Amino acid sequence: MLRKNTYNEFVKILSKPRSYLGIGALTLLILIIVLAMKADGKSILSFVTASFEQTLSFSGNVLNGNLVAFIVLQMLIVHVPLLVALVTGDLISGEAAMGTIRMLASKPISRTQIVLSKFLAGATYTLILILWMGFLAVIFSGWVFGKGDLIVLNSDGLVILKEADVAWRFGAGFLVAFLALLTVSSLSICLSAFAENSIGPIVATMAIIILFTIIGSLDVTVFDSIKPYLFTTHMASWRSFFENPVRMDSIWQSVIVLIIHNVIFVGVALWKFNRKDITS
Amino acid sequence: MESTIEVRNLAKRFGNFEAVKDVSFTVRKGDVFGFLGPNGAGKSTTIRCLLSLIRPNAGSIRLFGKDLQKERSAILSNVGSIIEKPDFYKYMSARKNLEVFARISGADVDASDIQKMLEFVGLGDRGAHKVSGFSHGMKQRLGIAQTLLHDPDLIVLDEPTTGLDPQGIVEVRNLILRLKNEQHKTILLSSHQLSEIELIANRMVIINKGTSIIEGEVAELLNSGELIVVFTLDDARRAADLVQEAFPQTKVKALSDGELEIITSGIEVPRINAYLTQQAFLVHAIEPKRKLEDYFMKIIAQ
Repeated sequence: MLRKNTYNEFVKILSKPRSYLGIGALTLLILIIVLAMKADGKSILSFVTASFEQTLSFSGNVLNGNLVAFIVLQMLIVHVPLLVALVTGDLISGEAAMGTIRMLASKPISRTQIVLSKFLAGATYTLILILWMGFLAVIFSGWVFGKGDLIVLNSDGLVILKEADVAWRFGAGFLVAFLALLTVSSLSICLSAFAENSIGPIVATMAIIILFTIIGSLDVTVFDSIKPYLFTTHMASWRSFFENPVRMDSIWQSVIVLIIHNVIFVGVALWKFNRKDITS
Repeated sequence: MESTIEVRNLAKRFGNFEAVKDVSFTVRKGDVFGFLGPNGAGKSTTIRCLLSLIRPNAGSIRLFGKDLQKERSAILSNVGSIIEKPDFYKYMSARKNLEVFARISGADVDASDIQKMLEFVGLGDRGAHKVSGFSHGMKQRLGIAQTLLHDPDLIVLDEPTTGLDPQGIVEVRNLILRLKNEQHKTILLSSHQLSEIELIANRMVIINKGTSIIEGEVAELLNSGELIVVFTLDDARRAADLVQEAFPQTKVKALSDGELEIITSGIEVPRINAYLTQQAFLVHAIEPKRKLEDYFMKIIAQ
C-alpha cells in the first residue's frame, strides 16, 4: 500500500501546475545566469581575480562550464528551498483544504503510510528538481562554456581544482544539497500536518529558514551554542567539497545533523497526523 | 440477522463540547438504514467515527463483526463512503481521480472497471474531463462511483444530496435505489431530506443532542401513531361529511374542493378508499402527508 500511495502522491504532484512552476523558474534563472555570464562573464571574472593578478597569472579557459555551474549552484541553492516548499508544503494541508483528506483517510491505508508516502513523493520531486538543476548547471554550462579547471574563491583564499578532479565534487555536492533540500521538504510536510490551508505551511517553512539563516549569520555569542544544531547552518555544506583538502569531518557532521532533522520532522508529522481528528 | 454495523455507547468530545454523548444502533446486512437528526445532533461526528476519521473517546464500533480499532484496514477495504460533499483533485480528470482512489481501495480495479463505474453513474463520456469543470451533481455522482469502485458491501452516505438541485436529488436517489435493488448493498444514509429516508430506508435511528433516541423499522415507527392522508377526489366537501359519518373515529377535513385530509390509523385507509369508490366518488390519488417529518418533529420535541 505504501508503494501504491507513493505512486499516487507522485501522480498528484505531477498533475499540479505549481510543480512545473519550480522547474520552469529554475530553468529560466539558470538560462539567465548562463546568458549573463556569456555576455559579461569575463569582466565579472577579471573583477574577482584582479586582487590576485599581482602574484598570480591566469591562463587557459578560466570562464568555463565548471565555474559557471559553481556560480549557478551558489546563487540558486538559496532560492530552491522556496520552490521545494511550494510543492511539499501543501501535501497534507492541501488535502484538508480541498476536502480530499476525508476520502483518503477513510481508505484502507494507515495514517502512517499516508504521511510516509507523501514524504517519499516529496523526496522524489526534490530529487528531480536537483537533478534538473545539476543537468542545467553542469551539462548545459559545460556545453556553452567548455571544460576547464575550477577556480573557487572561499574564505581561505583561492582554490584551484583540476578539471579531472571536479566531477565527483559536483556529484557529492549535489548529494549533500539534496539532503539539505530534503530537510526543507520534511519541514514543510511536518508543518503541513498541523495546518488546514495550503499557504500557511509554505510561508511558515520560508519564515523558519529565514529566521534560522539570520540567527546563523549573526555574530552574537548567545547564538553560538545553537548554531551547529540549526539545519540552515548545514545547508551550504555542499561547498565543502570544493575545498582542498576536503574537510570530510565537517561534511559528515552536517550530514548527521540534516538526517536527524529529517527524522524529527517526519516523526512529528507522523505523531500529529496519527492523532488528528479529521473534521474538515 | 447478521449485523453489518454495531455501535455501542459511542461518545466523542471536542474540548469541552460533547458532540456525541451516547449513540448506539445496529445496521443489519442488506438494510438501507436512515440516520436522522437535526443539525448539530452528532450525525457527521458519528459517521466520521465509523470511518476512523475521528477517534471516539468512549464506546465501541464493530463493522462486519470486527473491531474497527483493531482491524481498521480489513474493515475499510469493504466500505465505500461519501462524507457530505465528495471532494476530488480538481486538477485531475474524473478517470484519474478514480484511478488514484482505486489504487488504495484494497481491491484490484482495472481501467475497464473504472469505465463501467463512470457509465453506471452517467459520466461515461466525461471521464477525461477535469473535475474542476464538474457541477455539484456531477461530483456527487462521481463520489458514488468512487464509493463503488472496489465493490464494497457497506456504503456510508453522509448527506449525499446536500446542495443539489431537485434534479440532482432525484438522480442521487435513483442511484441509491439501484444500489439497493440491483446490487443489494447495505447502506447507511444520513440525510436532512426526511422524505428521502421515508422513500428509501427500511430501518432508521433518530439521534438528538448526541444521543440516539429511537431505532427501528421505518414502517413500524411511522405506523405506530396516526396517519395523515390526503385524498384527491371530486367534491371533497360532500365526501368529508360522508366519511366522518361512516368512520366516526377519524378526523376529516376538506382542504379544498378537490382535497380531503383524513387523520386515521393506517389500517383504515383502504376501507375509506373502498367506501368513497362505493359512493361513486372518483379518487384520483391517495398520498401520505409528510409522515416522517411529523414523526421526526414529535420525537425531537420530546
